Amino acid sequence: MSKFLTGRAGTWTGFAAAALVLFGAAPLLLSGFRLGLLAQFLCYAIVAVGIGLAWGRGGMLTLGQGVFFGMGAYLMAMHMKMADAEFRNGPGSVPDFMELAGIREIPAYWVPFASPAFTIAAILILPTAFAVLLGFAVFKRRVKGAYFAILSQALAGAFAILLIGQQSMGGFNGLSRFRYFFGYNLDDPINQQMLYFIAAGILLVVLAVALQLRRSRYGELLVAVRDAEERVRFLGYDAANIKVVAYAAAALFAAVAGAIFVPIVGIISPANIGIVPSIMFILGVAIGGRGSLIGPVIGALAVALAQSALSEQFPSAWTYAQGLLFIVVIALLPGGIASIAAATKRFRREPVTAEAPA
Amino acid sequence: MNQAALTCTNIEVEFDGFKAVNGVDLTLDSGEVHFLIGPNGAGKTTLVDAITGLTRYTGSVTKDGTELRGKKVHHIARKGIGRTFQTATVFEHLTVAQNLDIAAGSGRSPWHLLRQRRHLPDQVVAVMEQIGLDGQAETAAGVLAHGQKQWLEIGMLLVGDADVLLLDEPIAGMGHEERDRTGRLLHDIAATRAVAVVEHDMDFMRAFASRVTVLHAGAVLAAGTVDEVSGDPRVQAVYLGSVQEQEVADAATA
Repeated sequence: MSKFLTGRAGTWTGFAAAALVLFGAAPLLLSGFRLGLLAQFLCYAIVAVGIGLAWGRGGMLTLGQGVFFGMGAYLMAMHMKMADAEFRNGPGSVPDFMELAGIREIPAYWVPFASPAFTIAAILILPTAFAVLLGFAVFKRRVKGAYFAILSQALAGAFAILLIGQQSMGGFNGLSRFRYFFGYNLDDPINQQMLYFIAAGILLVVLAVALQLRRSRYGELLVAVRDAEERVRFLGYDAANIKVVAYAAAALFAAVAGAIFVPIVGIISPANIGIVPSIMFILGVAIGGRGSLIGPVIGALAVALAQSALSEQFPSAWTYAQGLLFIVVIALLPGGIASIAAATKRFRREPVTAEAPA
Repeated sequence: MNQAALTCTNIEVEFDGFKAVNGVDLTLDSGEVHFLIGPNGAGKTTLVDAITGLTRYTGSVTKDGTELRGKKVHHIARKGIGRTFQTATVFEHLTVAQNLDIAAGSGRSPWHLLRQRRHLPDQVVAVMEQIGLDGQAETAAGVLAHGQKQWLEIGMLLVGDADVLLLDEPIAGMGHEERDRTGRLLHDIAATRAVAVVEHDMDFMRAFASRVTVLHAGAVLAAGTVDEVSGDPRVQAVYLGSVQEQEVADAATA
């Protein structure tokens, strides 16, 4: 059974089943509103896959993925605001929120985002390049563990504060009220469903990439760096380079998730990308099981679902439930939901292993 | 065919004004198992740390005519200098085969790294047999016995093509039979390499050392064959006191 689960046939079966649920069952069973919610949750799941790679396999507690999620989201939002303005008032016109803020000229750094191709390239390249630079600066200096976690969290906080101060980026309110996504009307239910399919497709692609990274020699090396970085260095590898690759991949996943999040949800603001959302990303991964491939996805979906269900009923209770959940998982199930099967197996076998010679 | 594989000249390591290593000259020859002995705090491990780039020092370490001082740890490792640690450091969550495969692959291209391993390199298979772990290729390194972990760590240096091996207490915590196996293994691998062993165990040293350097208070006290060193009155003076050290004196009079 476990051979099947980890083998080639098992992989294809798993992906086929996931595709069946995402592309077949979900659109049939869920209302348009619920499907929109699921699409939003899938964005969190895409971020979670990256965190699973960087944290679960690479040991880097990335407490600030909101930065990369936010970069992708804001880059996409800038394009959509430009496109909306152009559609309404012709080329070169100022987006609506800027008019309200009294900005009459489009800032120079907004201009290239009128181009869809430039925007997509920027989403794929800018956050990843930033992660590479930051990664080199941090990992070459051997900053790790709690110091790395605090640093990345501070970065998420700083990024949110920076955006709040930028009137030309929507300030505290962020960017919202989008009408078109690459020419498609966002009010049309068919287009909304298409956005869901795009998110689902991206999730499957990201999972496939993460799986290949895990199974490759690089994946083994990443675990080696996580467990004994010094030993890896004494074998002739530059451990910093190995970490940068996983960190940059996680950043890319988060950026893409942020970019698709914007047309799905219709708003991006500093509140979506600061410290609290970054912790929520981590929470989902911890609950699902950071060490496994699918655990982070399950955890991210479960946390998002619990949040939306609970906060509909008891708006103030969610924060407490979130904290409680975190404590329970860390204390009782460090491997997360994904490790339940293994944990019960271990529990049943306990008497046998106790007899084995030490 | 003795041939200098590694030459250390006038190594000095200073920690906040305290000279942990104070002007050590050391030559490691290919074909020899060279023991570095000395009381606690003599500077043996610090010397190994300096050679492998972990600790800053003054002086010079050269291998094949290349100066190694100031190079980064992973560059020195790629020059063919491998080391082990006092407590065996292996990748506990990976299998024996994966541990060795990683150790064999520091020169792999990114493209190579991003693909799955189809079969083990021949070198890995050969070394697994040499270190007696060929039956345990798929065992997680974390569950190996203490001695087996030490062998695995030595094996990781062998597949990495290190030709200068610096082993820090490779038999710590081993039983008699394991010690003998380790000693024979060291002589096998020293046939084409230079092996330096930091050790406290005098019986082991007497049984397997080709050459001995005694360090005391950061300096070389004596160097030579086992007999020469144990006959040296200064060595006896340093070692007088405990039972283990008495044995050295006994050996000298024997």
